[in-house]
Amino acid sequence: MDLILGGLGNALNLLWQRDPEVMSILWLSLLISGSATCLSLLLGIPLGTALALARFPGRRAIISLVNTGMGMPPVVVGLVVSIFLWRSGPLGALRLMYTPTAMVVAQCVIASPIIVGITMAAMGQLDPKLRLQMLGLGASRWQLLLVLLREARLPMLAAVMAGFGGVISEVGAVMMVGGNIPGDTRVLTTAIVLETSKGNFDTALALGLILLLLAYAVNLALTLVQQRRA
Amino acid sequence: MATLAVEVRGVQVLYGQRLALDVPELAVRQGETLGVIGPNGCGKSTLLRVLALLQRPQAGEVYFAGERLDLGRGLLHQRRRLAIVFQEALLLDTSVYDNVVMGLRFRGADEAEARKRANFWLARLGVGGLERRRAKTLSGGEAQRVSLARSLVLQPELLLLDEPFSALDAPSRAALIDDLGPILREAAVTTVLVTHDRGEAIALSERLAVLIDGTVRQLGTPEEVFSAPASEEVATFVGVETIIPGRVATQVAGLATIETRAGRLETICDWPEHQSVLVLVRPEDVTLAPLNGPRKQTSARNVLQGTVSRVVSYGPLARVVVDCGIPIVALITHQSRLELGFAPGLAVTASFKATAVHVIKRE
Repeated sequence: MDLILGGLGNALNLLWQRDPEVMSILWLSLLISGSATCLSLLLGIPLGTALALARFPGRRAIISLVNTGMGMPPVVVGLVVSIFLWRSGPLGALRLMYTPTAMVVAQCVIASPIIVGITMAAMGQLDPKLRLQMLGLGASRWQLLLVLLREARLPMLAAVMAGFGGVISEVGAVMMVGGNIPGDTRVLTTAIVLETSKGNFDTALALGLILLLLAYAVNLALTLVQQRRA
Repeated sequence: MATLAVEVRGVQVLYGQRLALDVPELAVRQGETLGVIGPNGCGKSTLLRVLALLQRPQAGEVYFAGERLDLGRGLLHQRRRLAIVFQEALLLDTSVYDNVVMGLRFRGADEAEARKRANFWLARLGVGGLERRRAKTLSGGEAQRVSLARSLVLQPELLLLDEPFSALDAPSRAALIDDLGPILREAAVTTVLVTHDRGEAIALSERLAVLIDGTVRQLGTPEEVFSAPASEEVATFVGVETIIPGRVATQVAGLATIETRAGRLETICDWPEHQSVLVLVRPEDVTLAPLNGPRKQTSARNVLQGTVSRVVSYGPLARVVVDCGIPIVALITHQSRLELGFAPGLAVTASFKATAVHVIKRE
């Protein structure tokens, strides 16, 4: 019990004092997972929308690929991205291994299928006649897309939450492709693993608490936006 | 001849191998309401989607004001000349006002002008003051009125209505039909109304097109279509329930007697002697009287005797089937049904005037 209470106290203390190391880890986590989520949205929304609304050859194959991707173990993603970025790998010349960029790439691979899948479901549950109605009112393709996305905004926010939540709390892939280098690729999850393995439970607990608070804050913010718009 | 607002020529739509729509020519006059009626699956909605430029036919062209529409590049521009209202209101999850100005915003309209038009049309459709309500909280009738306002604010050259009343409960439906008639006439907006409901079509249309199995079987005023259907199929759809096959026995200056299994019938028609024909009688044109009841003077030329075989009540009216050698269907009021004791087995006379009969050639 002392361990837990001590950890909590320590965590609050670290936050309160804006411990530079903790702040750098927090900032890096936000930056990497935020970028990965944004990139996945840029990729996932158009693809999910196309899969939901358009009919083209290979659509079913892509959908089953997406569904598989939604449940892909991060460790496998880490492995595959590592192989690609390895010095002697296909993209080795880019020298991205053990950089934040590599971590963003890995997290994109994890988050994109989730966002594609949820976008697909969100757009698919809209009344198909709504498209005809909007076109009938003179909507251009882009206007139609914006209207439909706006109409599906609640499930779309769920896509953002699920994507961000999935990558901020993920540890396997970022550990493998990032390497947990202090000040460079050390994020909340990898730091927690490290501190725990060193037996520094109070620090690990502090970082875990920050991670929880972070996840809670993001979800709270999105929920508030949701309720305001709804 | 009124100017033509919209025409389709040689339009064919195939679903797989099936020819779902085949309309060599159909024109809508400027400012009129054309009702397109027909049974479910006859191609009405397909025709409407073709007119709305939402579905490209496999063959044929659409003309607006004499100008052939390019269904390729200029599609968006052409589509912005019309507006469509579906069976469901299909409002977006936002305020009533935002819904009504949606189409104007698509067109980049000035916000002040949009507001003016929105207020006008919402008030005109009897839903003024609901601007700030969330659209999803409206009743079915209100939502459909908002949907109509959303289309009318666009001042379209062509307004397309696809079964706009079908999803409404009976009172909202009746009220909306009552209100919409004068609105469409005042606005003089060229309208195509697709419906399977004959009552709606009569209430709102200046002309009717009867669509059966993807082809236009008759085009005319509601009066023409209902009292003089062009074929047995049209007759059945527009509510003619008594169809008696026969042969013209005598023909004297338009007054023909027709030999049928129910006896000789007198009719007004020009078919020559020996022509094989079908005699059509609408149920509301048939008068029934008990055979043993008090004799009433009747001017009806055709009086048949028979027995009631079936009585089905429809609220204020009852449908009575009388077996006179062939079944003859009549509509009577609930009150006369009770007073005169119509029930299966009752011996009655069924009478109808020569002028109430429409005779078509038997194919």
